[in-house]
Amino acid sequence: MSDRENQQNPLLRVSDLYVSYGKIAAIKGISFDVYKGEIVAMLGANGAGKTTTLNALTSVISVKSGEISLKGKNIKGMPTHKITMMGMIHVPEGRRIFPTLTVGENLRAAAYLYEKKDKVQYENRRDYVMELFPRLRERVNQMGGTLSGGEQQMLAIGRALITGGDIMLMDEPSMGMAPNLVIEIFETIQKIAANGQTIMLVEQNAMMAMEIAHYCYVLETGNVTYDGTPEMMKTNKNIVEAYLGS
Amino acid sequence: MISKKKNNLLGDVIPVIIIAVILISLKEFKLVSTSRLLILQYIGLYSIFVLGINMVNGYLGIFSLAHAGFMASGAYAAAISSRYFFKESWMFPLILLFGGFVAMVIGLIMSIPSFKAKGDYLAIITLGFSLIVQSFLQNWRFVGASKGINNVAKFTNIYWVFGCLLFAIFIVRKFINSKYGRSLKAIREDQVASELVSVDVKRAKTMAFAVSAFLIGIAGALLVHLLGYTSPSAYGYTNIVDGLVMVYLGGMGSITGSIVGATLWQILIQTLKSLGTWRWVVGGGLLCMIMIFLNNGLFGNKELSDAIRAIRYYFSRIILKKNSPEETRK
Repeated sequence: MSDRENQQNPLLRVSDLYVSYGKIAAIKGISFDVYKGEIVAMLGANGAGKTTTLNALTSVISVKSGEISLKGKNIKGMPTHKITMMGMIHVPEGRRIFPTLTVGENLRAAAYLYEKKDKVQYENRRDYVMELFPRLRERVNQMGGTLSGGEQQMLAIGRALITGGDIMLMDEPSMGMAPNLVIEIFETIQKIAANGQTIMLVEQNAMMAMEIAHYCYVLETGNVTYDGTPEMMKTNKNIVEAYLGS
Repeated sequence: MISKKKNNLLGDVIPVIIIAVILISLKEFKLVSTSRLLILQYIGLYSIFVLGINMVNGYLGIFSLAHAGFMASGAYAAAISSRYFFKESWMFPLILLFGGFVAMVIGLIMSIPSFKAKGDYLAIITLGFSLIVQSFLQNWRFVGASKGINNVAKFTNIYWVFGCLLFAIFIVRKFINSKYGRSLKAIREDQVASELVSVDVKRAKTMAFAVSAFLIGIAGALLVHLLGYTSPSAYGYTNIVDGLVMVYLGGMGSITGSIVGATLWQILIQTLKSLGTWRWVVGGGLLCMIMIFLNNGLFGNKELSDAIRAIRYYFSRIILKKNSPEETRK
């Protein structure tokens, strides 16, 4: 999406967001946009405020000031489940699947909103998830907690897809995973995006994230210090030195 | 799909008929003594009580101690209603529903602290609630203060008890297999994650508390009309602990477990009566053993149907082995 400026209404617009933990300011007035169909990556080191940003977007933690608008509607301060209902789904850091529910139950619990009204939709989405992650189909009756880290990540993404929404926030999908699995997960993310899902990705693994992202923001101690397309990032000497290590 | 449903229905109806036949023959042909019959009724009504507790403590995973308060409010509401409004015996269902309904309203209010408070703190809040209800009843002249209500009509009989138990099992099963039931389990596992998959946590908690209190209220109403009297002292620490013991003994998050827990504990304390105070030592010791060796309770998160499936699988393997010895040698 090189013609980013030409697009008009962003799916998600965040402006001047402030978040603080007690007296410590974690996010110091950041602004960013996510447009339909994009993969937007937010990069940054430990403690830069990436997870805090995502948690603030879905009201897992409260926002001090600023504007968050989803599809033109202000969602700041709304309860988490209502934000999810409006179409923003969040795959939380550390996966947070339901460990003593089976894989099938994990997925079914995510269909809370529409399961009763629309059984067909649930089945369609479930089939889609199973197609993306055949390993979940094999393990459908296994407890979520007994899955490996990579499979749990698949389950977490699958769960979010079942809930469904216009924009998917992903918090460190590569955390604590073997390198070959990381590649697999990123390929799947790309596949999901190719099917029309807008994705906002938060990652420490800048290399991988830049491979698949259309647009990047760099977060440093609560401020957006740089934004641009991955190609622009790769030509920026400072960024390359700080994040790509070469 | 249809045949599966039919099968389930048959599987449900047959045990019910068998139990009904047993109950009728026990009562009408006086096969067992009155005291044994009384124990059976205790088992039935405490099963309802434990099913109610399991709703919040088991499926929702909140350590609540509010059940004594719910039971007291259900029992007192029912006793008052049967004294002043529903005096005829055919009005007994109304009395039960009234007791359950009053407890449910209080349960709805009690769900509010669970939105914010967590873990031990919520346990203290719910304990406070139970104790407030008890001391409120102790000081309310209208209901006889600490003497309690005497001469309550003894409407309860074994049919009512087991009819209500059946109703309770039906409600719990319906609820647990609904989307709310599933969301309860999700909240138990991870509240934030369940909010992130659009589960309305407040609503789920409210519903769980309401259903729980409703069932516990009905159990209280049955108890009052079984004993013919009630007093505030019955709804103190002993009642709280009794409830917890039965839930943990049977297993959290299981309908079968609730009934097994109530049954075992009632039989245990009734049969050990001859030991006097020592029964608490023996009973408590047994409880410790069960918790050490079966630390999920007897049926933690499992149902009877799971157990039957496991047994069937086990025997089918034995039979297979006998029939084909060559295969096992390989």
